[in-house]
Amino acid sequence: MIFDYNVVWDALPMYIDGLLTTLKLLAISLFFGLLAAIPLGLMRVSKQPVVNLTAWLYTYVIRGTPMLVQLFLIYYGLAQFEAVRQSVFWPLLSSATFCACLAFAINTSAYTAEIIAGSLKATPHGEIEAAKAMGMSRMKMYRRILLPSALRRALPQYSNEVIMMLQTTSLASIVTLIDITGAARTVNAQYYLPFEAYITAGVFYLCLTFILVRLFKMAERRWLGYLAPRKH
Amino acid sequence: MYKLEVQDLHKRYGSHEVLKGVSLAAKAGDVISIIGSSGSGKSTFLRCINLLEQPHAGKILLNNEELKLVAGKDGALKAGDPRQLQRMRSRLAMVFQHFNLWSHMTALENIIEAPVHVLGMNRKEALEKAEHYLAKVGVAHRKDAFPGHMSGGEQQRVAIARALAMEPEVMLFDEPTSALDPELVGDVLKVMQALAQEGRTMVVVTHEMGFAREVSNQLVFLHKGLVEETGCPRDVLANPRSERLKQFLSGSLK
Repeated sequence: MIFDYNVVWDALPMYIDGLLTTLKLLAISLFFGLLAAIPLGLMRVSKQPVVNLTAWLYTYVIRGTPMLVQLFLIYYGLAQFEAVRQSVFWPLLSSATFCACLAFAINTSAYTAEIIAGSLKATPHGEIEAAKAMGMSRMKMYRRILLPSALRRALPQYSNEVIMMLQTTSLASIVTLIDITGAARTVNAQYYLPFEAYITAGVFYLCLTFILVRLFKMAERRWLGYLAPRKH
Repeated sequence: MYKLEVQDLHKRYGSHEVLKGVSLAAKAGDVISIIGSSGSGKSTFLRCINLLEQPHAGKILLNNEELKLVAGKDGALKAGDPRQLQRMRSRLAMVFQHFNLWSHMTALENIIEAPVHVLGMNRKEALEKAEHYLAKVGVAHRKDAFPGHMSGGEQQRVAIARALAMEPEVMLFDEPTSALDPELVGDVLKVMQALAQEGRTMVVVTHEMGFAREVSNQLVFLHKGLVEETGCPRDVLANPRSERLKQFLSGSLK
């Protein structure tokens, strides 16, 4: 088998553009996903049934349906309705980038909310009692003790979610976006060299994953040092 | 005038009554030791004082201010005014059996947390105080260590410094040495003895008879949710009147 390096070399600028698109999709969806996940995670540990059930239903529906189905519903499904096409949101909802970011953010928010809720529930009871005994209000206790501690402990699981999201952004290529996978599809369509096209995309994803793993290792050293064995 | 007064406290779990009317009064500078076998309700009593456990009846007064209590649906009393409870809790520092330091914070951060975020002290002043109290309990060299990297004795002394930094009216100690290795118990007891000599008001649930006899000026022996015997520690321990206390002491002093 002969690997056609020239085709890959010539297409490299397109892959680089694709890489930027992938990074943009990932960064935007993770940012808004995490922003929504924190209140959702807090709702999931609420003792009030209505609050808890609302968040539970949200995470259940989102986690219970495939990402691709959600993306199709938002990008193609909503456009079916006249009211949507007439609304002020149409310029946004007709943009593939916006729809992809929206779908990804919603998806990751549900998974992240469950990670945060699990981490909150695992807070040692004694630490909560100590906060109460010091005279902290509920708000203060969440803000100062529970969330900082839970978010730190959620890091290893969250790194997994981020890597999953990186791979998931490849679905954006199905709704016309030229991300890394989109670049590979274009190369394949032009030269009919699927192996070269997709192996190059794969190498890009591998490199990104490697960088993400390193970044999270650094973050864990920085913020989870208190769980590591004593060094001196 | 009493610093802390607890009147006729009742507490039950389901139909099991663990406190059947326990009272306690501490003047400024009093060190009260509460002893009793496990299940006698001594920890529960202490935890009712700052409402970590909900009593079913009774009164709690700090500096003559009565903690407002209202009955919840299950009959247990809860704070009528959450702000008053928070304020009173911040005046009643508690030291726990299992230290309960916040694991993601260093020793120093643990100590300044509540002074800064509950009492509203400025950070610089809080840090100075924290260093002072850490030095006082003898763990200044561990100020940047996380709780998980300290020995039990160090953690408990940091927890005591954390309580001291609130400059509380009364300190509550819930079996502060029960989770420590025997050789570490002495360090913590020495710190507590120094605090007692400074004239701090302390209520201590303990199994350390030596501490109860030498350091405290009042002893309360709880048995099955009632005060079985109380008085000057030396007298009570030397001449126990009740059969229960005799039995308890014969087991624990050998």
